[in-house]
Amino acid sequence: MVWAGLFLLAPMIIVFIYSLLVKGVYGGIIFEWTIKNYERAFDWLYLQIFYESLKLATLTTLSCLLIGYPVAYVLATATDGMRNILLVLLIIPFWTNFVVRTYALKLLFSEQGPISRIGISLGFWSEPIMWSNSNGMVWFGMLTNYLPYMVLPLYVSLEKFDFSLLEAGRDLGASAWNNFWRVLIPLTKHGIITGSILVFTPALGEFLIPDMLGGAKVMLMGNLITEQFMKMRDWPFGSALSIVLMSVVVFGLVTILRMWMKEETKLRPEKI
Amino acid sequence: MVFRMLRLLGLRKSFGTTEAVKGADLEIQEGEFFSILGPSGCGKTTLLRLLGGFEKPTSGQILLNGRRIDQLPPHQRQCNTVFQRYALFPHLSVWKNLAFGLQMKAIKGQELRTRVDEALDLVQMQSFADRNITTLSGGQQQRVALARALINRPKVLLLDEPLSALDLKLRQQMKIELLSLQRKLKQTFIFVTHDQEEALTVSDRIAVMNEGVVEQVGTAQEIYEYPRTNFVSQFIGSINCLEGVVDSFTEESVAISSEFKRNFLVRAPRDGLRPLPQVADGLKVRLMIRPEKFKILKSAPAADQNHIEVSVKEVMYKGPSTQFLLQAKESPNISFSVTQSNSALTAKKTFGIGDRVFIAWSPEDCILMGADQALPALESQPLPERRVG
Repeated sequence: MVWAGLFLLAPMIIVFIYSLLVKGVYGGIIFEWTIKNYERAFDWLYLQIFYESLKLATLTTLSCLLIGYPVAYVLATATDGMRNILLVLLIIPFWTNFVVRTYALKLLFSEQGPISRIGISLGFWSEPIMWSNSNGMVWFGMLTNYLPYMVLPLYVSLEKFDFSLLEAGRDLGASAWNNFWRVLIPLTKHGIITGSILVFTPALGEFLIPDMLGGAKVMLMGNLITEQFMKMRDWPFGSALSIVLMSVVVFGLVTILRMWMKEETKLRPEKI
Repeated sequence: MVFRMLRLLGLRKSFGTTEAVKGADLEIQEGEFFSILGPSGCGKTTLLRLLGGFEKPTSGQILLNGRRIDQLPPHQRQCNTVFQRYALFPHLSVWKNLAFGLQMKAIKGQELRTRVDEALDLVQMQSFADRNITTLSGGQQQRVALARALINRPKVLLLDEPLSALDLKLRQQMKIELLSLQRKLKQTFIFVTHDQEEALTVSDRIAVMNEGVVEQVGTAQEIYEYPRTNFVSQFIGSINCLEGVVDSFTEESVAISSEFKRNFLVRAPRDGLRPLPQVADGLKVRLMIRPEKFKILKSAPAADQNHIEVSVKEVMYKGPSTQFLLQAKESPNISFSVTQSNSALTAKKTFGIGDRVFIAWSPEDCILMGADQALPALESQPLPERRVG
């Protein structure tokens, strides 16, 4: 508790207080209360940036879910030996530093990178191809980086799933589609929600991957906030943006969790 | 007329190099409570999964009312399964679990409600309709599983060890409920179990399986009284075994010589259900005798009766009966397990450890079997008559 209070709550209070102050001429803080920073945060320009971030985070979460679910399914149904190998393969990338990993990805897909060259020598394309600095590359970078955060919680809930339920479904006449939507998905809901939260939350504030792989063309919430603190020296405005972003995430989270809890109480035993 | 509803013809199933079912031929009649009994790993569950449609046979056929069903998916077979651990949907209420099968068949509205309520009535679970599965006891879950499997009105209900997840007391009770449900619905039940007592009490007929082979099919009595193979005789109940050699034989009886001084006589029982097997002079055989077929006597019976002099090694009182462990006097390495039912009369002449007594048995009460393989029967057993309807 003390730990959380000291290193989590206290900085947040400081950020909140800063967001209500005025920026000094050389990046200092003037103790003068104002809500101007918040008014500015809801400027059309910044709303567009926020929309871009939201779009990227949603796209990342959905594609992680779409690709992660089959991966987790394979993991959960594999034999013990195979499962261990696959789990290690999933975790190995985490042994490398995040920045190094992203940079490696950039080089791999650059104009003179190995993929481009191998493609030429195999005759798939004749000109060197530049994948980096594109939206597609940003999406790919986000996907590879966040996929394990989706797969692991999904794997946990699929591992607990009793696969004889699918046989029972088939026995009662459920098609593969019905079995999937009416049996498998509802019973692995916890994994889906946990994984989505774990991916969506950091993805919303992500700025390094779009910067490095997208060629710093798109401004996102993450870049914007970093810039306010590091370049513009406008700490109060940066703080206000952080608070807005945080509020959206917390609000979204609470809504999802409340819906989830409602389902949970339905499952709890009734009083006899 | 005997109506064979379900026929299995040379059914085989291999998983890689292991053969789980090695050619099963069975005929199951309409309205029959048919059990498949065997130790774990004998292929009985695989056989049931072949019937249910969860596995495709390597070769052979399954015919339901004359129609081949072995290649059909589970829901097109008119067979439904009660799974070993019930496999009820934990995210749905009892009512929704039952409705699932009907909804998959696009049954809606009033008919859906009526049929779910009927199914709830059938297993007396009306008051639990809105309860969640996880809040039910084992016995209640069992009933829901039964109702869910019966709701699509299958021709055949497959039950995969449905009682094994329950404790002893509940198991006894559910066994009776299962039997009365089957009698009420006149539905064909195929019941897989490893529990011989369970199979003996509920079944019309039993198929005993071992290592992928159906060793014997028959009523509980036939299986117990006239086992065909060594495995069947030893898996169902307990049995005493004496090694010997055929000394002489006639049409009605066989004389067996063994390490005991006198020959033992074997005769076919008068009901004709178990004719004597084909034997030859000098053939190595086994004499099998159930523990309750012996009489314990204080003095030697007539010399022409089958009997052995023994000493009492152990006496175990078991309530309804007493079990004796007896050691043969002539060859101390042979011992017998004998049970005598307790009554006021027999209680008085109970024997103590160390007593010298005689055990005797009638020639009709022992089973003759080949020492190495099953002996060829003189004639095959006819399928017992059961009328349709």
